[in-house]
Amino acid sequence: MTPTPSSSSHRLPRLSLERRLTSPWWLSWVIPIASVALALLAGALIIASQGVNPWEAYRAMFEGAFGTGYGVAETLVKAIPLMLAGLGVSVAFRMKLWNIGAEGQLWMGAWAAAGVGLFLYPAWNLPPWLAILLMMAAAVVAGGLWGAIPGVLKGVLQVNEIITSLMLNYVAISWVLYFVDILWRDPGGLGFPNTAPLDKAIWLPKLTWIPFLPKGHRVHAGLLIAILAAVFIWFLLNRTKWGYEVRVIGENPEAARHAGMPIVRNIILVMILSGALAGLAGMAEMAGVAHRLQRGLSPGYGYTAIIVAWLAKLNPFGVLLVAVLFGGLLVAGDQIQLTMNLPRSISDILQGLILFFVLGGEIFGRYRLRLR
Amino acid sequence: MNTPTARQPDIAVEMRDIVKRFPGVVANDHVTFIALRGEIHALLGENGAGKSTLMNVLSGLYTPEEGEIFINGEKVVFHSPRDAIAAGVGMVHQHFRLVPTLTVIENVILGLDDPKFRLKLEGAREKIQSLSEQYGLKIDPDAFIWQLSVGEQQRVEIIKALYRGAQILILDEPTAVLTPQETEELFRTLRSMAEKGHTIIFISHKLDEVMAIADRVTVLRQGKVVATVAIDEVNKEKLAEMMVGRPVIFRIEKPEIEPGEEVLRVEDLHVRNDKGLPALQGVSFVVREHEIVGVAGVSGNGQTELAEALYGLRPVEKGRIFLYGRDITQASTRDIIREGVAQIPEDRHREGSVGNMGISENLIMKHYRRPPVSRGPLIDWGYVRDFARKLVKRFNIAAPSIHTKARLLSGGNLQKLILARELSSEPGLIIAMHPTQGLDVGATESVRKQLLEEREKGAGILLISEDLDEVMQLSDRILVIYEGQIMGETPGEGADRNEIGLMMAGENRSGTGDTSLQRNTSNA
Repeated sequence: MTPTPSSSSHRLPRLSLERRLTSPWWLSWVIPIASVALALLAGALIIASQGVNPWEAYRAMFEGAFGTGYGVAETLVKAIPLMLAGLGVSVAFRMKLWNIGAEGQLWMGAWAAAGVGLFLYPAWNLPPWLAILLMMAAAVVAGGLWGAIPGVLKGVLQVNEIITSLMLNYVAISWVLYFVDILWRDPGGLGFPNTAPLDKAIWLPKLTWIPFLPKGHRVHAGLLIAILAAVFIWFLLNRTKWGYEVRVIGENPEAARHAGMPIVRNIILVMILSGALAGLAGMAEMAGVAHRLQRGLSPGYGYTAIIVAWLAKLNPFGVLLVAVLFGGLLVAGDQIQLTMNLPRSISDILQGLILFFVLGGEIFGRYRLRLR
Repeated sequence: MNTPTARQPDIAVEMRDIVKRFPGVVANDHVTFIALRGEIHALLGENGAGKSTLMNVLSGLYTPEEGEIFINGEKVVFHSPRDAIAAGVGMVHQHFRLVPTLTVIENVILGLDDPKFRLKLEGAREKIQSLSEQYGLKIDPDAFIWQLSVGEQQRVEIIKALYRGAQILILDEPTAVLTPQETEELFRTLRSMAEKGHTIIFISHKLDEVMAIADRVTVLRQGKVVATVAIDEVNKEKLAEMMVGRPVIFRIEKPEIEPGEEVLRVEDLHVRNDKGLPALQGVSFVVREHEIVGVAGVSGNGQTELAEALYGLRPVEKGRIFLYGRDITQASTRDIIREGVAQIPEDRHREGSVGNMGISENLIMKHYRRPPVSRGPLIDWGYVRDFARKLVKRFNIAAPSIHTKARLLSGGNLQKLILARELSSEPGLIIAMHPTQGLDVGATESVRKQLLEEREKGAGILLISEDLDEVMQLSDRILVIYEGQIMGETPGEGADRNEIGLMMAGENRSGTGDTSLQRNTSNA
């Protein structure tokens, strides 16, 4: 080919992006899978840099998370808060509300539930089942209100919800730790920063009837709550007038306005729903696993939930599935720290890499690469 | 007729056998196009005929699959607009590519390699000023883009191209955003550029414009060249036929009907625009059953704000709006929809549809609140599917399925979808804003027919359009709006084009800004 008159004459063939008008149906599956594969490949380099055989490490990770009954049980335990918080995040994302505040909403939910369990339950002498329901309700309200703050600011004053919801995480965590460390601290706790344990009667019951899991596993009723929540969210979005409004507003707020849809009200309602689900995640972790309020209750479930929601393409059932995979990643991180002498932060690095590659891969859904 | 010939000295651009495909369409099918030095060459065709694609190929945005391009007789291959501009080809796009928060100078030198690192604005300012004088492109080099009118922004785009040494200037539908005065000014500039030896390629689908400005015209239809002719060999009708492929009737049947009851009454309406400035200043009028009331005017004189205020999308500062005698001034959009007001919005993609949703989901946007589409809080998707199938059939929406995403529909089909949705609820009042803008001739005819049908059925229609021909053809009465005020009213039948033109430019024919209509209403 003849070079152009004045520009550089040593042109190499180069890549260019071309917009796709339509994309084949399989592309939306191939891209995330390929992205995750590439992320694991990049992670392999990092593992290798630590002098560990990446293949061995990955195998150990998979074994640890899914290879044994105990591993699967622990994976499910970690997946429960990710499911609930992931559902919350995905609902907000559906309306293009970037709720980064699931972590704070989760902590507020755990805090409110602990308040009910530690103080109202004994004081009012409640039957345990009612106390559990009240703990859930308290978590829903607290998480919902915490989500409502950025919602109202966004809806009424057009304040960027990314900033506000993120900042409120720090507020929430500090608030809860004030209670953990000072107000509600267990006097008999040998100086550990945590509250007294909940009465056993109001722990979320273990799902002892699940087959194949080892005796004494920690999988609790939060799993059922999460599955019910996914069904509920799917139904809400796809079968109700309100869900239809949410989807229209998310896709094209201007068209929604012209159709007379109440945008401000729905921004607030969606943020409340989103926060409520994250709050439930906090309650489930508190009443199902820790059985008390304590430092480190969440190792950042609310942030991982963002990755989970995005990878699941905001599909509620997809969230359940992806949450299990990421639960596995957390368990695997602990595993390789023990057995391979690798830092457990490898699993955080992998999380980050996966999100990075998935976000980067999305461009190929909208554009095709051309060599020219 | 011109056949591609050997290197004639006066051929500035020669595109030979250009083929450009997109998924599912051949946008340019072996197109050969020749433009001479010093001519204004119009590229005429309907939407989707391939005009913009061809020029995007010439300006380096697209790489063609087949074909060759010669500039001044030399073969070139463009990999990017940068290559094209280096060869002297510049393009002014329909949507300007300017940075609003930067000044004119900064925008003009944006992306240039010279100066390499430090900004030296002085030289650029002088060069801009000299270009501006040379071609009559009045501009303040230090103004920020956001401060400029659309016409001025267009001048910046032209200067940008000239600054980069463009000998061949492509303008994509440049008059779509201009007032008649600005259009005249642009035409003067283009003529002076052509006289100085520049080649102007002018993309348009407006026949009058092409007749007024072009020396020669190339007509495209469905990706192929119909012909290239000198402008004095053709007339408007002939061009229209070449463009559409069949004779075009410029008139349609409109039966005589007595208007009925009053549907809409607007009294002394005052509304502000997005910047908080007065957009409507005391507008009063009435629309009755069986009546189309046209609102003519240059864009940006309050038409958008009028439509939005009537639809409950913009707060009313002063004045009142009545629907069937009931005050709806403060009513919400939702209530107004329920009262039977339909709207054909200005922007089909942004305001009228949801691109990522299917046809059926788009069709229920105004109906989903009530039975039978929904029962209680639930939507009956089974009913929705039947409903959508019926409407797709009745309104001839061409699509593979009722789940086809709206963004995949052509402009004409999307407008049919919107009409199907809006007219299926048998509205008493229709607010139609630019209902045929950007549609091809066939779709335009069908939209106009449907509006006339609704008129016969008894609806009152407020037709807001910048297309004066359309307003004159369809309206029973015409209101002319200028700077948020009604300059006067004429009957649609036998309206005087000249008279309307004068009112559009601000000449008040309604007495002292206080029409007889206004006097009547304030007594009522």
